[in-house]
Amino acid sequence: MRLELSRAVQGCRLGLLTGLGNTGQHSLEVPGCLLYTCCATVPHLTQDTLHTLRDLPSVTQVSVDMYFAVHHMLMVSYAGLHDTVLFCSLHDSANSIPAGHVTNKTVSVWGSGGRIELTAARFMAIQAAIQPDFYQSMADGETWQAGTSRKRVRKAVDRTLAHLDECLVLHQKTQELKQSEIFGVVEGGDILEERLRSARETAKRPVGGFVLDGFHSAAMDQDVRVQLIKATSAELPQEKPRLVLGVGRPDEVISCVEAGVDLFESFFPFQVTERGCALSFNYNIDPDPETAGTSTPTVLEFNGEMPAVKKLNSNGDENMTPYEMNLKDKRYHDDFRPLVEGCSCYCCKKHMRSYVHHLLVTNELLGGVLLMLHNMAHYLGFFKSLREAITSDRLQDFKNRVLHCREGD
Amino acid sequence: MNDSQVNRTSLFKMSAPIPSSTHECEDSMASVKAVSSAAPLALRIVAECPVSKARACTLTLPHCAVYTPVFMPVGTQGTLKGITVDQLEDLDCQICLGNTYHLGMRPGPELIEKANGLHGFMKWNRNLLTDSGGFQMVSLVELSEVTEEGVKFRSPYDGKEILLTPEQSIAIQNSLGSDIMMQLDDVVSSTVKGPRVEEAMHRSVRWLDRCIAANKNPDRQNLFAIIQGGLDAKLRKACLDEMTKRDVPGFAIGGLSGGEEKDDFWKMVTLSTDHLPREKPRYLMGVGYALDLVVCVALGCDMFDCVFPTRTARFGSALVPWGSLQLKQKQYARDFQPIDPDCQCPTCRRHSRAYLHALFKSDTAALHHITIHNISYQLALMRSVRQSIIEQRFPEFVKAFMKRMFASGEQYPSWAVEALQSVNIDVR
Repeated sequence: MRLELSRAVQGCRLGLLTGLGNTGQHSLEVPGCLLYTCCATVPHLTQDTLHTLRDLPSVTQVSVDMYFAVHHMLMVSYAGLHDTVLFCSLHDSANSIPAGHVTNKTVSVWGSGGRIELTAARFMAIQAAIQPDFYQSMADGETWQAGTSRKRVRKAVDRTLAHLDECLVLHQKTQELKQSEIFGVVEGGDILEERLRSARETAKRPVGGFVLDGFHSAAMDQDVRVQLIKATSAELPQEKPRLVLGVGRPDEVISCVEAGVDLFESFFPFQVTERGCALSFNYNIDPDPETAGTSTPTVLEFNGEMPAVKKLNSNGDENMTPYEMNLKDKRYHDDFRPLVEGCSCYCCKKHMRSYVHHLLVTNELLGGVLLMLHNMAHYLGFFKSLREAITSDRLQDFKNRVLHCREGD
Repeated sequence: MNDSQVNRTSLFKMSAPIPSSTHECEDSMASVKAVSSAAPLALRIVAECPVSKARACTLTLPHCAVYTPVFMPVGTQGTLKGITVDQLEDLDCQICLGNTYHLGMRPGPELIEKANGLHGFMKWNRNLLTDSGGFQMVSLVELSEVTEEGVKFRSPYDGKEILLTPEQSIAIQNSLGSDIMMQLDDVVSSTVKGPRVEEAMHRSVRWLDRCIAANKNPDRQNLFAIIQGGLDAKLRKACLDEMTKRDVPGFAIGGLSGGEEKDDFWKMVTLSTDHLPREKPRYLMGVGYALDLVVCVALGCDMFDCVFPTRTARFGSALVPWGSLQLKQKQYARDFQPIDPDCQCPTCRRHSRAYLHALFKSDTAALHHITIHNISYQLALMRSVRQSIIEQRFPEFVKAFMKRMFASGEQYPSWAVEALQSVNIDVR
């Protein structure tokens, strides 16, 4: 695995993660996201529906808890993922992890049978079975609750480093992991000193890259996050990739990219789908010059009326963000437009808001399928546009476009 | 020139072109029977079994040709349970069902009409058959009351009292724009006995006439009659006599597959096909188990529908030629075969029982995989049946089918053996 950086602009790193996969022929553009899966499947989607999506990320994310849900890792190949690159995280970021189950020597994951305690040895045995292309080391990430004491945060950093050292030893000894890279995990909660300590110490170890943990939305404010990631990032070797866990909202993604993050998970489109919403924010800064200023703009320039955000009480979810529209809202009953004008996903090319609304109201399974397709397509389009904006020095325009929907009606 | 195109231009006018069929080269018009010069339906009998009453036909409908015998999957609320219309088309489905009652409630006929009918709303370019809403009202809704006017019931969504008349059922179905519409019939459970059955039969005839009169689009939408009469041969015969006097493009055999004894069931089916016109399609409603399909094809039925294959998929049950696999069971946790090694569906080509077993606990995609398999199974079964009729080896097909499905001759259900015997197929 190699990270080839082509530019660094305003803190953003642009490049290509290459040498991925069995034969090293896969690559992933950075900044970018991985393909989120649950039980080795993109939620709601079968192969046929999944492959209506273009430019899928070449790296698929699985997590350790999936191993227990599935009983046997051969299922990864049977899921049709055998020719993709795998990254294995400890947890599934779409699910909240019950706290209080971490000890000095163990962390816990939840499988279909209940809680499973993992020592570093057991953790590494699972990695040997999964044989991911890269994986995060075992880590104590329980520092995200408000009011976590300094002592607890320090312990998390210490434990995580200890786990890393143990995992590294086992990694070198494990034949099945010869082709895999282990990523160190940076902890430290919201305490700058601990973050720096964790970063510096982790950077001393022979890891292939870094996973930034404990930065998800519930853990801290945006400003604190940015500040801490910037500081952390400065301590990490430039040539190794940085992946942040638990961050998915477009605004948070952008600020993390500016702070030096390369890789993200893509659980966010799935969460949006589960609340019956469709991503609708505009990310296109290049309107077709032939239509600009003439007739109605089409290509993602105009995403319709303001999303039903302010009125969250109308069967909205309190987790709903300004970047999405609530398709369960009555206003879509007879709206015959596609979810997002100009979107080329299967749902937008074939169907209309009215139909998706109907599917959600009647609790039909196809609703989830169509929303998942649209939300993944939209999210991938967002990352692509982000990379293009960085490439063409138009990051500010891009930010204005994406973030403007937060600035009121 | 493709025969279906010839049929279309000579028998009925339409604005939208039918995609040409790639399945069969149909060369002559000689055996085409015009159902009626006005109805948008043509039935061509391609082959008949010389032994039984089975027939293989090509049924030309406004959106495309349908090859019978055919199984029609049920897409109740304008969607086939998690499957996209593209996936359904890839499975070679030519016709599926929508439910007038459900769609009439949500999103309502006005909205669907605005969206260019149910075809335009769900973006299904092939044929649609809608039922009348009568069955749901009796089976789903408590305290429904049937009068000569129609069926009165209380909406489960807003508690309002609603009256569904024959005219209203047809009006909704006209808005839905289905290729085949069903008359509103007075539905009585097959386990009910006594004068109610006769009353319902006569009323259904009267309602048929009202439905025929109410059809705004006879040039684009076919209205099928539904033969009633319960399990009473005399009543059924009377119904057949009356309804066949009406010039409808097709007939359904109704009032069965509702929990009655199979011995009574098949006798009513065969009595019905004995008295239905040869040159019009026969649609047996609510029949979907593989055995029932094969037997009823032998008895002369052309079209079938049932929620069973799609519903059972959502409980993790995969249909196979030798029965079904309950994929939720532990025994499949490490079974790395596909559901059916001989099945060509997308699920069997890519995934194992073990994968589906594990996936079932965590994601809806498992349901989609199994639904695709079950629909594929049903459609493939009908295709094999049809091919065997065309190749004049249907009785052999039936024998092989029974052998595969049941461990031994003793296990063949006696009703099926008798029914097949009645049409000269001896499976024992």
